Amino acid sequence: MTISRETIINIVLALLLLAIPYAAIQFGNPFYVTLATRMAILGLAAVGLNIALGFGGLVSFGHAAFFGIGGYVAGILASHSLSGAPLNFGVFSVPGTNQMPVIWLVALVAGGLLAAAIGAISLRTSGVYFIMITLAFAQMTYYFAISWPAYGGEDGLSILVRNQFPGVNTMVPLNYFLVCYGVLMVGLLVSALIRDSRFGAALQAARQNEVRVASVGITPFRIRLVAFVISGMITALAGALYADLNRFVSPSMLSWHMSGEFIVLIILGGVGRLYGPVAGAMLFVMFEFLLGGMTERWQFFLGLILLGVVLFARGGLIGLIAGKPRHG
Amino acid sequence: MKRLIAASLAALALGVSAVSAEPVKVGLITTLSGGGAGLGVDARDGLMLALKNAGDAAKDITVVTEDDGQKPELAVQIADKMIQSDQVDILTGIIWSNLAMAVVPSAVAQGKFYLSVNAGPSPLAGPQCNENYFNVAYQNDNFHEAMGQYANETYKNTIIMAPNYPAGTDSLTGFKRYYKNTLAGEIYTQVGQTDYAAEIAQIRASGADSLFIFLPGGMGIAFMKQYAQSGVDIPVIGPGFSFSQDVLPAIGDGAIGVKNSASWAKDLDNAASKKFVETFQAEYGRLPSIYAAQAYDTGSLIVSAANKASVKDAAAFRAALKAADFESVRGKFSFNTNNHPIQDIYVREVVKEGDVLTNKIIATAFTDHGDAYAEQCSLK
Amino acid sequence: MQIALFIEQILNGLQLGVMLFLMAAGLTLIFGVMGLINLAHGSLYMVGAFACAAVAAATGSFWLGLAASLAAAAAAGAIMEVLVIRRLYDRDHLDQVLATFALILVFSEATRWLFGSFPLYLDIPPLLQGTVPLPGGSRYQLYRLAIIGVGIAVAVGMYLLITKTRLGMRIRAGQSDRDMIGALGVDIRLLYTVVFAFGAALAGFAGALVGALQSVQVGMGEPVLILAFVVIVIGGIGSIKGALVGAILVGVTDTLGRFLLPQLFGLMMPPSQAGLVGGALASMLIYIVMAVILAVRPQGLFPAMKG
Repeated sequence: MTISRETIINIVLALLLLAIPYAAIQFGNPFYVTLATRMAILGLAAVGLNIALGFGGLVSFGHAAFFGIGGYVAGILASHSLSGAPLNFGVFSVPGTNQMPVIWLVALVAGGLLAAAIGAISLRTSGVYFIMITLAFAQMTYYFAISWPAYGGEDGLSILVRNQFPGVNTMVPLNYFLVCYGVLMVGLLVSALIRDSRFGAALQAARQNEVRVASVGITPFRIRLVAFVISGMITALAGALYADLNRFVSPSMLSWHMSGEFIVLIILGGVGRLYGPVAGAMLFVMFEFLLGGMTERWQFFLGLILLGVVLFARGGLIGLIAGKPRHG
Repeated sequence: MKRLIAASLAALALGVSAVSAEPVKVGLITTLSGGGAGLGVDARDGLMLALKNAGDAAKDITVVTEDDGQKPELAVQIADKMIQSDQVDILTGIIWSNLAMAVVPSAVAQGKFYLSVNAGPSPLAGPQCNENYFNVAYQNDNFHEAMGQYANETYKNTIIMAPNYPAGTDSLTGFKRYYKNTLAGEIYTQVGQTDYAAEIAQIRASGADSLFIFLPGGMGIAFMKQYAQSGVDIPVIGPGFSFSQDVLPAIGDGAIGVKNSASWAKDLDNAASKKFVETFQAEYGRLPSIYAAQAYDTGSLIVSAANKASVKDAAAFRAALKAADFESVRGKFSFNTNNHPIQDIYVREVVKEGDVLTNKIIATAFTDHGDAYAEQCSLK
Repeated sequence: MQIALFIEQILNGLQLGVMLFLMAAGLTLIFGVMGLINLAHGSLYMVGAFACAAVAAATGSFWLGLAASLAAAAAAGAIMEVLVIRRLYDRDHLDQVLATFALILVFSEATRWLFGSFPLYLDIPPLLQGTVPLPGGSRYQLYRLAIIGVGIAVAVGMYLLITKTRLGMRIRAGQSDRDMIGALGVDIRLLYTVVFAFGAALAGFAGALVGALQSVQVGMGEPVLILAFVVIVIGGIGSIKGALVGAILVGVTDTLGRFLLPQLFGLMMPPSQAGLVGGALASMLIYIVMAVILAVRPQGLFPAMKG
């Protein structure tokens, strides 16, 4: 087995992200730990999107819906845990919780169910229609969250104390970073397994030539739906982590700008690359932070940089360093 | 002077050098980009002006400013950075309630002071109040309550309208707390809605004798222009936000005659206010808005507290803030038990002075008004 | 009185629909001819509104402002096409989405740089102020009626342009076969720039017309942009007829939803509750309509030919 250049870059990226918080503490600038955590979480969200968008060619402009539902799962369960009031579903009720593993499980399930519902309708369309219908579904959840008063509406919902992970004090920034980093690595592993599996091969084949795949007896719709659901689940998990990072959820997690940002992350890093989303998240968070510190007009320069990447650096960061991809 | 000596003595007793030499670092998080930037710019300019006008008294106060882009996540990230990297002592500047709800609870939990220049969401005034959180502006319901009071005395059949989000429902709740006559209807609009033709048609058909609206920012501008052009002549009343100095030029003459409520207007007769308006115009070449006035008071409050106590001594600094010993542009100003203002709230009318639209005070709706949530707060 | 109110609301829905048509027509034309999805279309709308407000404030004439809005938006569109958009035609939709998303950031900040953070003032011209009586005893604003008229005129004009003129013929050729048209000796680069500038001018025109009704401020284009996308997706992307039908459908549905849903819920619950629930549902209504239409007709109501 030969180690490709991309693999080496992937290892370097993973180590680099891990090194940031330790270096930050070493140099007495603990805020960079938070920044690195943000990179890991946004990276995970984009890893989710990348399964649909990168491998399956399904350009979803509505992944903020999954990100947001994950965030709300964390916020709602935590608030019920704090108040002690059970969640009422009419026929049955369950208590809230502040245990991250439980919250993550619920976020995965909720994200998966939402993705199955949205996917079942959206995947009947393709191309621009698909982009726009996923956007429309995300807008629906956005408006719902804003005008639904029970959990804060537009004001959002505060999580006063970060939820707990067994055996870890998550309020310590470095600990929480390590938790998120661990989840990101698991997400990447799942992503790699999917890419290299027969299912992944069929998914990528369906992107390149739908007719040929159908002719060997595989239904593209089903494969895509499964991919879309897995994609939504991972992004929802990232949403739950993000809510805990900020100790806050609000409808802005569901806004179309968020969906746009996820796409930006993937393209910045490199479409369809395993580590593309991670590279993209690291770059984006860094740009946003450095530019924001330099000028009020940072969005102007961010726009120019993005434009430059699309026009002149096709393949994103990883494409720039690693050359042409091996896969599709 | 006596106070200064006493403070110096106290400082000596603690073995600290002169109190005023203790540097105070203020983190100003506000909205400087995007659609809501006008409010943030005014707040920033007001606060900086207060420090400038204070002269030497403010020489040890430094301010770091960052733009939150009106995004809660970004505001949280900036707050974390200011606390962890810049090591600020005080945070301030947030305009919007949803951003305040994201930042304030965790900032005060980390032992920082937060002074609000504008937002006053009800949880922070009631059950979630905190000894380190001071609101120098108002509790969100205040201006609406004042208009309810005014409408109760003036009108018999009011139709009320607000966007469908927490600040909107709070607004109508606040209004109804003091308005006891008949309601001709209750309309909820979409957040960020820009066309109000459907609502105006309903208002026209409602037979109301007055219309109360709460539509902040661009929503208010759009509504008022369309309302003025529609030919409906039911008088409009509302909280001061939609008729503040920053939006009046964009609404135009359609705003003339509208009654609105606020804790300040530029014709308020006191020395601090006169100086504020004069220096603001000289410095920035425009009239200040209510946001600038509130931020100016926040700046003055910080200066007054910093000259009384060391910010490193949290208890003493807290007491110094709570004393509210500064010359407010609002005339009189003090803190309630829940660290929210007790102040007068005025009814203002939009008038044209020469070419400039502005507000003039025509009545006092409340004297020494607190808020409805203070008793839910555990602070004494 | 109920009937009069209903007529007024239908007119309001039409007016909103016509406004959306001006936006959607440009979007769908650009997609139909060049296969490009342009998120920055809302920025051109904003450019039109700012140009109109600035010129109207300087000269005191709304009409000069309106002319300026057309010129400014067309110029901004042409520059955008030559510098950026031209390089995106043979890219996939993903690159187009990202590049035009980046353009939104650039345009918004640049506009704020030029005009400051405070909203601008723009009033309707004296000629169109006032109201006219409606059957049933109500009154309707003249300016909104004028907008409906202008929108219908633009729709007719576009129909004639595309079916009767040389430019229209080339546009139709471009829609059906992009390679063919080059072989016919038409200067494609110029054609694309012209079509893009034309779509931009329509957006700028819409921005100026609406600017007099609303607030002229940074970010004003984004909500309209999303609605315009809903319109073209419902109508069938690339189809002008679809854009018109979709726009009217969205405009009327949205207006009637906001008006009728709270009343409907009012039959079942207390008024403030009904306002909240009805309002919430009304804000999601057009997206629900869109999802239903796409679930039944994945290519929209009037599928355009494959481009």
